[in-house]
Amino acid sequence: MAHAAAAPKSMTFGEAGSTLAFAVLAFLSLIIAAKAHTPEYAFHAYLFTAAFAAAAFKIVDRYYDRPAALPPLTINGKPNYNMGPVKFGTIAAVVWGIAGFTVGLLIALQLAFPALNFDTSWLSFGRMRPLHTSAVIFAFGGNVLIATSFYVVQRTCRARLVGDLAPWFVVLGYNLFIVIAGTGYLLGITQGKEYAEPEWYADLWLTVVWVAYFLVFLGTVMRRKEPHIYVANWFYLAFILTIAVLHIGNNATIPVSVFSPKSYIVWAGVQDAMVQWWYGHNAVGFFLTAGFLAIMYYFIPKRAERPVYSYRLSIIHFWALIFMYIWAGPHHLHYTALPDWAQTLGMTFSIMLWMPSWGGMINGLMTLSGAWDKLRTDPVLRLMVVSVAFYGMATFEGPLMSVKAVNSLSHYTDWTIGHVHSGALGWVAYISFGAIYCLVPWLWNKKELYSMKAVSWHFWISTLGIVLYITSMWVAGILQGLMWRAYTGLGFLEYSFIETVEAMHPFYVIRALGGALFVAGSLIMAWNVWKTISSAEEIQEEAALPAQPVLIAAE
Amino acid sequence: MSLWSRHKIFETNSIILIIGVLFVIAIGGLVEIVPLFYLKSTIEKVEGIRPYTPLELAGRNVYVREGCYNCHSQMVRPLRDEVERYGPYSLAAESMYDRPFQWGSKRTGPDLARVGNKYSDEWHRDHLKDPRAVVPGSIMPSYPWLAEREIDVARVAEDMKVQATLGVPYSPEMIAKAASDLKTQAANDDPNATALAERYPKAAARDYDANPHRITEADALIAYLQMLGTQVDFKLYDDKANVR
Repeated sequence: MAHAAAAPKSMTFGEAGSTLAFAVLAFLSLIIAAKAHTPEYAFHAYLFTAAFAAAAFKIVDRYYDRPAALPPLTINGKPNYNMGPVKFGTIAAVVWGIAGFTVGLLIALQLAFPALNFDTSWLSFGRMRPLHTSAVIFAFGGNVLIATSFYVVQRTCRARLVGDLAPWFVVLGYNLFIVIAGTGYLLGITQGKEYAEPEWYADLWLTVVWVAYFLVFLGTVMRRKEPHIYVANWFYLAFILTIAVLHIGNNATIPVSVFSPKSYIVWAGVQDAMVQWWYGHNAVGFFLTAGFLAIMYYFIPKRAERPVYSYRLSIIHFWALIFMYIWAGPHHLHYTALPDWAQTLGMTFSIMLWMPSWGGMINGLMTLSGAWDKLRTDPVLRLMVVSVAFYGMATFEGPLMSVKAVNSLSHYTDWTIGHVHSGALGWVAYISFGAIYCLVPWLWNKKELYSMKAVSWHFWISTLGIVLYITSMWVAGILQGLMWRAYTGLGFLEYSFIETVEAMHPFYVIRALGGALFVAGSLIMAWNVWKTISSAEEIQEEAALPAQPVLIAAE
Repeated sequence: MSLWSRHKIFETNSIILIIGVLFVIAIGGLVEIVPLFYLKSTIEKVEGIRPYTPLELAGRNVYVREGCYNCHSQMVRPLRDEVERYGPYSLAAESMYDRPFQWGSKRTGPDLARVGNKYSDEWHRDHLKDPRAVVPGSIMPSYPWLAEREIDVARVAEDMKVQATLGVPYSPEMIAKAASDLKTQAANDDPNATALAERYPKAAARDYDANPHRITEADALIAYLQMLGTQVDFKLYDDKANVR
């Protein structure tokens, strides 16, 4: 839709259509706010009204400010990348990351010192815990994924993002979802399904945003100048598609009324449990694994300036990983009322999943072949390589814990919490930090980060934090599991439940200390990112475009 | 032309790649989920299981709202220590009306699947208000607001209507009498208690929060907790008929 410079300025169909759509939505939200059954829901409806009205206003305002022609797809034969939404997502990730880690620290302290619940509904553990998990997974992780995917897909396809407003709609719409979800938890609006707590209207909004995300990503892939779709994009595509399927399947609810925040899920009991963990485990498998493997496949080769270790390994482990992950859900339901055959299937596939997981780890680590010395000199690369090592560790521990005999001990204990955090802090957060440290100088056209020393400090402080976190939870979990099943010589249960709770206290304190170190590390990152953007040395004009990464696989 | 080069079709055609991904991710979910809708062990009806009374349903919604599932499971596993600590292992049928299910995945606190009738109402009231008053080592948050907030009695019927459309056997009569049944169950010696127990067998009616002037969230939550795990009579239950 690029007009010639002399053409009269007119609104595009997208601008006019979305202005109208947002205006209508703002009006409808206002009606819902007025007739809402609960004040909490009315608050959300007003929030939506404000967001939609602001969106409509901003689109018109932007139209008056922009030149008649939309930005060209290429400038002097080079792709004219659209990095605005990527910048927004990167900053949002840093902000949400600190928020999510801090809430995590607070709930860790609440378990050690229950007075920190302050007898206040919105600060109580039951509401703060979903706030923590959603903030780190969906707010921090989600913004990292959207930002990096929009960056990587443009670079590897050598094409500008599809759409003028659409990429902005994706990042801003997604963050609106985060705000609705997060404030909802504090106000007690929840579906009560782990990692899928947002209620029906937030889910509906996310569905719209996610479809837009998929279309922008796919459209950009289709616009590519390269014949082949780069491996990172396979993983991003699998992540976006599968999350859409899972999200719809696990959030199939009927609202009590359009004026009520409450809904009831169409699945019940054992079927709901299976659907939930089909969703839940694949939120791990596709959101927290496939998406972040995509990050690994772009940022590690690029940073190490080495090709991906094995093209064939990437093919095998891609298909094997996405096939097997889907089956693993029932390992969350061992020894429950779910039929045995389903539990055994889940366990079998979870064990087999070890192999494709390590396929990815090997492909990431071996990309360093011939560049291992850079680990000594480049703390950003060190962060990313250690993250792949944590990925390998967590994906070994996971299959181990999925074995029914092990699970009978580990399930319901803090061992699971430790396992999740070795993946979440070690793998997901570290590869994200690495990507953020790479992206910020690239996006803001700086030679390098403001301080490499600060990256090193971030790395060591948070690594110490992770080690304290994981080891304390291992000991706590195994101790707790053993105490629950301990018998006296006379054949009575040895410990009352409360004794097993009291035994956790020292480990909860150590865990909170680990969490505090991790928060401290992320604050160092935020400072470094801020200083890089505001004061690091800019790249001279002629060298403005960084060289293309080495993306051809070694055979 | 080796087999590897065949993969080119996925790498050069985004639509074929999408179809491939969708096909591959569909298999596991279909195999594991679909049979649960027709296998005997997962859809079997067990004597005694009934839908929640209006008050219990309201209480369950408080349980969900406060995120109790973050620390309490509702699933006794068939392991020796769990059966001795909590009671008979949980049956699939016991959560057949649970939307959403609340089996949980963490026991920061104990399992609640069979907590019903284990403690007195008074214990629950004190415990919710200040857990450390009755269990000194407890790390549970206090929930003083539950005894303050009133239940929106008129709205419970709407929730039941939605559940009925999803297949929960709430009869039109049950829905019509939702508000009065709720009030009946939250009061001591209400004359309608017999009619309530006919509609909902074993439904216990009494003033759970010991505040006759108001029907609070504490009423509802305690009614729900006192019912948990009490519907099936395990003296009569034939576990061999339900081998899983």
